Amino acid sequence: MSDAPARPRAEPQPARPRAVTRPARPRAVTEETTLTRRLLIATAIGFLALFVMLPLAAVFVEALRRGLDHYLATFSDPDTQAAIRLTLLVAAISVPLNMVFGVAAAWAIAKFEFVGKSLLTTLVDLPFSVSPVVSGLVFVLLFGAHGLLGPWLEAHDLQIVFAVPGIVLATVFVTFPFVARELIPLMQEQGTSEEEAALTLGASGFRTFLTVTLPNVKWALLYGVLLCNARAMGEFGAVSVVSGHVRGLTNTMPLHVEILYNEYDFVGAFAVASLLAGLALVTLVAKSVLEWRFGDALGQSRLH
Amino acid sequence: MGAAMSTEAMETVAIRAEGLEKHFAAVPALNGVDLDVAPGELVALLGPSGSGKTTLLRIVAGLDHPTAGRVFFGDEDATALPVQARRVGFVFQSYALFRHMTVGDNVAYGLKVRPRSARPSRTDIRKRVSELLELVHLPGLEKRFPAQLSGGQRQRVALARALAVEPRVLLLDEPFGALDAKVRRDLRRWLRDLHDRTGHTTLFVTHDQDEALELADRVAILDRGRIEQIGTPDEVYDRPATAFVAGFIGEAVKVPVTVAGGRVLLGPHGLPAPDGFRDGPAALFVRPRDLVAAEDGEDVADTMPLAVAGVRRAGPARRAELSIAEHLPAVEIELPPHVSPSRGDTLAVRFSTLRLFPA
Amino acid sequence: MSAAAPARAPWFRLRQPSALPGFCPTLGFALLYLSLIVLIPLGALVLRASGLGLDGIWQVATSPRVRAALEVSFGVSLAAAAVNSVFGLLVAWVLTRYRFPARRLLDAMVDLPFALPTAVAGISLAAIWAPNGWIGGLLAPLGIKVAFTPLGIFVALVFVGLPFVVRTVQPVLADLDRETEEASASLGATRRQTVFRVVLPSLLPAILTGFALAFGRAVGEYGSVIFIAGNLPFRSEIAPLLIVIKLEEFDYQGATVIASVMLAIAFLLLLTINLIQAWSRRRFGHV
Repeated sequence: MSDAPARPRAEPQPARPRAVTRPARPRAVTEETTLTRRLLIATAIGFLALFVMLPLAAVFVEALRRGLDHYLATFSDPDTQAAIRLTLLVAAISVPLNMVFGVAAAWAIAKFEFVGKSLLTTLVDLPFSVSPVVSGLVFVLLFGAHGLLGPWLEAHDLQIVFAVPGIVLATVFVTFPFVARELIPLMQEQGTSEEEAALTLGASGFRTFLTVTLPNVKWALLYGVLLCNARAMGEFGAVSVVSGHVRGLTNTMPLHVEILYNEYDFVGAFAVASLLAGLALVTLVAKSVLEWRFGDALGQSRLH
Repeated sequence: MGAAMSTEAMETVAIRAEGLEKHFAAVPALNGVDLDVAPGELVALLGPSGSGKTTLLRIVAGLDHPTAGRVFFGDEDATALPVQARRVGFVFQSYALFRHMTVGDNVAYGLKVRPRSARPSRTDIRKRVSELLELVHLPGLEKRFPAQLSGGQRQRVALARALAVEPRVLLLDEPFGALDAKVRRDLRRWLRDLHDRTGHTTLFVTHDQDEALELADRVAILDRGRIEQIGTPDEVYDRPATAFVAGFIGEAVKVPVTVAGGRVLLGPHGLPAPDGFRDGPAALFVRPRDLVAAEDGEDVADTMPLAVAGVRRAGPARRAELSIAEHLPAVEIELPPHVSPSRGDTLAVRFSTLRLFPA
Repeated sequence: MSAAAPARAPWFRLRQPSALPGFCPTLGFALLYLSLIVLIPLGALVLRASGLGLDGIWQVATSPRVRAALEVSFGVSLAAAAVNSVFGLLVAWVLTRYRFPARRLLDAMVDLPFALPTAVAGISLAAIWAPNGWIGGLLAPLGIKVAFTPLGIFVALVFVGLPFVVRTVQPVLADLDRETEEASASLGATRRQTVFRVVLPSLLPAILTGFALAFGRAVGEYGSVIFIAGNLPFRSEIAPLLIVIKLEEFDYQGATVIASVMLAIAFLLLLTINLIQAWSRRRFGHV
C-alpha cells in the first residue's frame, strides 16, 4: 500500500463550533428529515383517502341519501332477496370446492417432489392472470348454444350458461387459486418432518393429516377461505358474461347492483352495494386480525 | 504509507470518548465511558452481549447519538458531526454490501457520492478501486456481485469499501462474527498484517476474547455500559483490574471465599491472603495455570489440599482434574512427572497467582 | 432401487420417494379439477381461436373498433400502473418506515380494492367523479371531466391496481437491511443519495413485479371501469367490454379474438414477472 495515492489528510475543515449546541433528539442516520417525513405521510394519506377511503364512504352515503326507509325498502324487493340468496348459494358451492382443491393441491405440491411441480404451481395461479370477462367467455364458448358442447347439452336438455351452473363454474374459475396459494408456501416452509414423525409413531396417513398438518395450517386455510369467499360473493365480470341477467333467477348481488344502477335506482343500487361493501369490510377486518394475531402461522412468503 | 501517517502522528489521540452516556428509553446502554485511542493503534472493545460495546462503536461512528458526553477525532469535537462528515470507515457485522452493485461499484461508492468538486475522476476511481481490491487480495473481482462471493471475500470487500474513503479511523463491528472458525483465524492474521501495513487507527468490537487478545494493541473490556479495564492483552490477562474482568478473561472458575485474619478461607482450608486485603466475603478466580502441584517440603500453610476428580493422559502430559469445592466445575492442572495421584486422592497445590476480589 | 423393481423404475424418476401417503389421490384430484375448471375451458378458447387462423385473428384484431379498444385498454392500463408504481412505492414506504396514528387502519385499507367487489367500486367511483359528484363537481368548473372519459378509466384502474405494488414492495422494504443504509451514510452519502442509489435500486425488482401485476389486472379489469368509462366506441371503450358487446351480438368470433389477444398478453406478463424474479434471485440472491 506504499504506492497508494497520497491521502488528502487533515485538510483544514470548515470550523464547526456548533458542537456545543446539539439538537435535542438528533435524527437517526436512516431517517428522513421531519419535514420530508410529514410530507410523505401526508401524500400517502391523501392518496389513499382519495382513491380508497372516498369510494368506500361514498357507497354508504349514497345508499342512505334518501333516508333509512328507502334504504331498507330495497331489501324487501323480492328480486333483491333472490339475488342475495343466489349469491350465498354460489359461494356455498364454490368456496368448499376450492377449499378441497386447495388442500389437495397443497398437499401434493408442498409435501412431495415430482417432475412438473413448478409448472403445476404456475397453473394454479393462472386464473388470476385471466381477465374476468375472458373467464366467463370460455364457459360460453364451451357450453353456450354455439359452443363446443352446446348441441349435445341442448339435445339432453341441459342448461349450463345463462343458468346457475354457469355462474357457479365461472365463480369457481375466478376464485380457484385463493386457498391453494395461501397453503402451498406455508406447507412448503413447514416441511415434512412433523408428518414423518407422526407416521413413525403409528398414525395413519389421514390421521396424520388431521392431527398434524391441518392444525399447522388452519389459520392460513381460514385466511384463504376468507379471501375466496369475498371474491366469490363479489365477482362481477365473469358472472356477468355467463348469467344472462334474468331477474330473480340468475342475478347475483353484484349483477343486481348493475341492473338497479342502469335503471337509475341509485339508492337501490348503492343499498345492495353497501351490503357487499360491508362484506368487504368484514373480510378486511378478519384478514387484519388474522395477520396481526397469527402472522407467523400464515407463513412468510405470502403474496396476494 | 509513512508519509501519510505523519500528519496524524502529530496528534496524541486519534479518538477520544469523554463521559459517553446512552440511554435507550430508560435503559442505560452506556454509563459514562471514557476512552482514548492513540493514532495507529488497534483497540478491541470486548464484552458480553449487551455490554454496550457496539453502542460505543456506533456512537464513535456517528450512527447513534450519545445522550451525554462527547467524541473527539484528534482535537476536533465530532459529537455533532453527522456520520457523513466524520470520515470513518465502518465495517458492519453483516458487511452490509450493496447487493445490486458489483464489487467495484461497492468499493467506489464512497467516492462516487462525493459532491462533484471533491469527486475524483472516473479513471482515478477505477484505479483506486483496483488498488484497494489488490490490497484486500481480491484483484480483478470488480465485476462480481456480492451474492457470488464467499463470506470471507465479502468481508474483505466491505473492508476495501470502508478504506476507499480514506477514513480517519476504521471501525469494525464483530468483523469476523459471521465466518466459520478456519476463515476467522486466517482473516484475523490478515487483518493484523493489513493494519501493520496501513497504520489506520482501528477500533473493533468483538465478543471473542481470543480474537481481542491476539489482534489488539490494547483491549477495552466492557460490562453493563462501563469500561471495566483497558490495557494491553498482557495487562488484562495477567492483571485483571476488577472481579468482572477476572471472571470474563481466561477460563476462570469463580470460587466464593471468606477472608479473615489475613487468610483466604475455603471450607476447612486456608491460604495466605494478599497484604492489606479487607476481611469479609470475597471471590477467588482460579484459572488452570494458577495451580501448581506443591513440592515436597513446602509450607503447608501456603498450600491447599484438593480432591483429585480424575487423571487423564494428554499426549506427553498428564493432567489432573481437581475439585475446588462442591458444585463448582473442576480445574485442570498439568502434573509434574514424579507426581502420580489417582482418582480420589488429595493433592496439595500452591496458587502461583491469587486473583482475589472483594465480593 | 430401480434395479430391484424394474417395473416401477420410471415412477421413481417422476417423483422422489417419500414416506408420506396420499400423493397419488391428491395430485390426481388436483390435476383433474385443474383440467376441468381451468385448462379445458381455456383450451376451448385457444381451439376456437386457432380455428380462425392467424389471418382471421389479425383481421378482427386490427379492425378499427377492436384496435381502438385494445389501445385504450393498454394505454390507460400502462398509465395507471405507472402512477401506481410511484404512489404504491410511496404508500409502502410510509407504512413500513414511519409510525403515525391510524397507520394500521391505513395499512388494512390498502387491501380494500382487493376486497371490494368491482361493481361496487365502479358505481361508487362513478358517483364521486361524475360532474355532479364530490370531486367531479370540484373539477367541472375547471373544465376537467373525469367520469365518462378515458380519465375515468384511469381513475378506476389506479384504484384496482394500487394494492399490487404496495403489497409487493412492502415485504421487501421491511426486510431491507438497515445496516446497508448506515453503510451508505458512513461512506459519505447524503440521505437522498442513499435513498436513490441504495434503497430504490434494491426495490426495483419488487417495483417492476408490482407494476406488471397492476398492469395485468388493469388490462383485464371490467366491473369497476364500465360504470365510469362512458363506453364510447373509439374513445372510452375498453377491450373486455367489447368482448361482452360482441357476445351480446352473438359475434363469437370477435369475442374470441379479443379474448385471445388478452390471454396472450396475460401469459406474456406472467412470463415477464417470472423472468424478473429469476433475474433478481440470480443477481441479488433474493427476490
